[in-house]
Amino acid sequence: MPLFTGIAIVVALAIFAVLRVPNIEYLFVAGYTIVQYIVLATAWNILGGYCGYVNFGSAAFFALGAYSTVALATFGNQIDDLVPESMAPFFHLIFPLPIPILIVFGGIVSGIVGFGTGYLTLRLRGAFFAIATLALSVVLATLVVNWDFVGGSGGAYVVRPGEFPGLGSYMQYLFLLMLGLAVFSVVIARWIERSRLGFGFAAIRDDELAAEASGVPTLRLKLIATTLSGALMGMAGAPFPYYIGYLAPASAFGLEYAVNSIAMPLIGGTTSWIGPVIGTILLGTLQQVTTVTISSAVNVLLVGVLLIAFVIIAPNGIVGLVQDRLHARRRK
Amino acid sequence: MTALLSVQNVGKRFGGFVALDDISLDVQAGERLGLIGPNGSGKSTLVNCICGTLQNERGSVHFDGHAMNGLAAHERTHRGLSRSFQLPRPFPSLTLADNLCIPMLYTVHKRTGTPLHADDIGARCGELLRMVGLDNKAKHLPRDLTQVEMRKLELARAMAAEPKLLIADEAMAGLSHSEIEDILALLLRLNESGITVIMIEHIMTAVMSFSQRLAVLVSGKKIADGKPEDVVRNPDVVKAYLGE
Repeated sequence: MPLFTGIAIVVALAIFAVLRVPNIEYLFVAGYTIVQYIVLATAWNILGGYCGYVNFGSAAFFALGAYSTVALATFGNQIDDLVPESMAPFFHLIFPLPIPILIVFGGIVSGIVGFGTGYLTLRLRGAFFAIATLALSVVLATLVVNWDFVGGSGGAYVVRPGEFPGLGSYMQYLFLLMLGLAVFSVVIARWIERSRLGFGFAAIRDDELAAEASGVPTLRLKLIATTLSGALMGMAGAPFPYYIGYLAPASAFGLEYAVNSIAMPLIGGTTSWIGPVIGTILLGTLQQVTTVTISSAVNVLLVGVLLIAFVIIAPNGIVGLVQDRLHARRRK
Repeated sequence: MTALLSVQNVGKRFGGFVALDDISLDVQAGERLGLIGPNGSGKSTLVNCICGTLQNERGSVHFDGHAMNGLAAHERTHRGLSRSFQLPRPFPSLTLADNLCIPMLYTVHKRTGTPLHADDIGARCGELLRMVGLDNKAKHLPRDLTQVEMRKLELARAMAAEPKLLIADEAMAGLSHSEIEDILALLLRLNESGITVIMIEHIMTAVMSFSQRLAVLVSGKKIADGKPEDVVRNPDVVKAYLGE
């Protein structure tokens, strides 16, 4: 286990080091998006791939993380108006909060909402659960649009510092943080897969009734999955306002987050941690390339075409395709 | 002597349809009970109420001295109640060995207090698969199995939870004569090892040779309960099966 963590960290640092060589800021801008989707796809897969519950509301959890950052940043800007004068120096000392703290905070907020959503919706199955999560996204977006403190429908500006001391541009710092988060989520996903929890998740995915009869506490396990999955998505969203600079509800609750977080694991394969990573690298890179060479609108078309292609050719994703080949060979 | 399983005045409705009407049934530790009845008589509903898949609206279920009402299915499994499903419900994406791991990981330690070690789990899996004759397919997926092998896997998984009481819900339906013999021998061996068994079955030769006691459900009511040879001669039972 620590070996895998070590390898993941070394790989992440190697990627960072290689990207620094050409000294092109854009590489980090594009890379950030891809790595962010590794976190989102892995988080989605914990609930969707391991437990078989399709979450269409990834954007909601992502936006919760982003908006908790906006809320804290706004609070930081208005300390003198919001807190009593005697307390103000203390708050001035700790604000603005460093991004790792914001990530933890976003994770906690989204984790709590994930738990609550799970508790309310996990008695639903299949399409009904998916619709409920989609509804959650719509409800939260409506709330944010009507909440002036975080900018309402007009959106909010978060000023990104130009430099991060000792590292170079702030973009590189954000990229490095997201890389760390990706390592964290992949390590968690892989740990789940091999643990007692992973066996329980697989049993739930395959047959919930039989899982209960085998002693698996299905509701508790599903709540663990929704909380964990929601928290990771929130963590991925927390640095986003600093990345984008200006956060509007439409961009935070964008359809592409919900669609990509589903499409990437499905294309890569949902049964193992490597599936979402492969799917994200393929689809994410392709999206970045088409955005630059053709247009950003082609992205959505691309996702649709690829999804249809994979449903027909490899319904279990790339990993499933490879596993089937191996299984067939073993039986020969 | 108190019964291992005690079902008292259990009632269950589905809308206006009365599926179980005031059922009472005691099963002693170590007993082999056959539960029969025509299709739709409520046998599976009774099993579901005993195991917690459904919650009974009236009456009570006691197992091993504890009230089971309100407990979820997994909590009942933890206490030693295990069942096989009428139609086998394996975990299709897991290998046979992993199918058996699930109850071992989630149930066994609840009673012993200490989680099983990975080596013990592997050994137990091998042992159970050997017992049902599937040890050469441990790494296969359930889709590679024949129907009778699927039933055996179903029983092996129920056994993996190390139950005190095993409910085999039509484990033999649709099987050939020799396959029935296989499963019967298996259930008898389990009973000899101290496990109480309730067998739900339509195949009368199997039920008659297996059961020490026979209970008959018809339209949600228990109409007979006693020695198998007496029960099958009971006029009400004959009427329920053959008409007047």
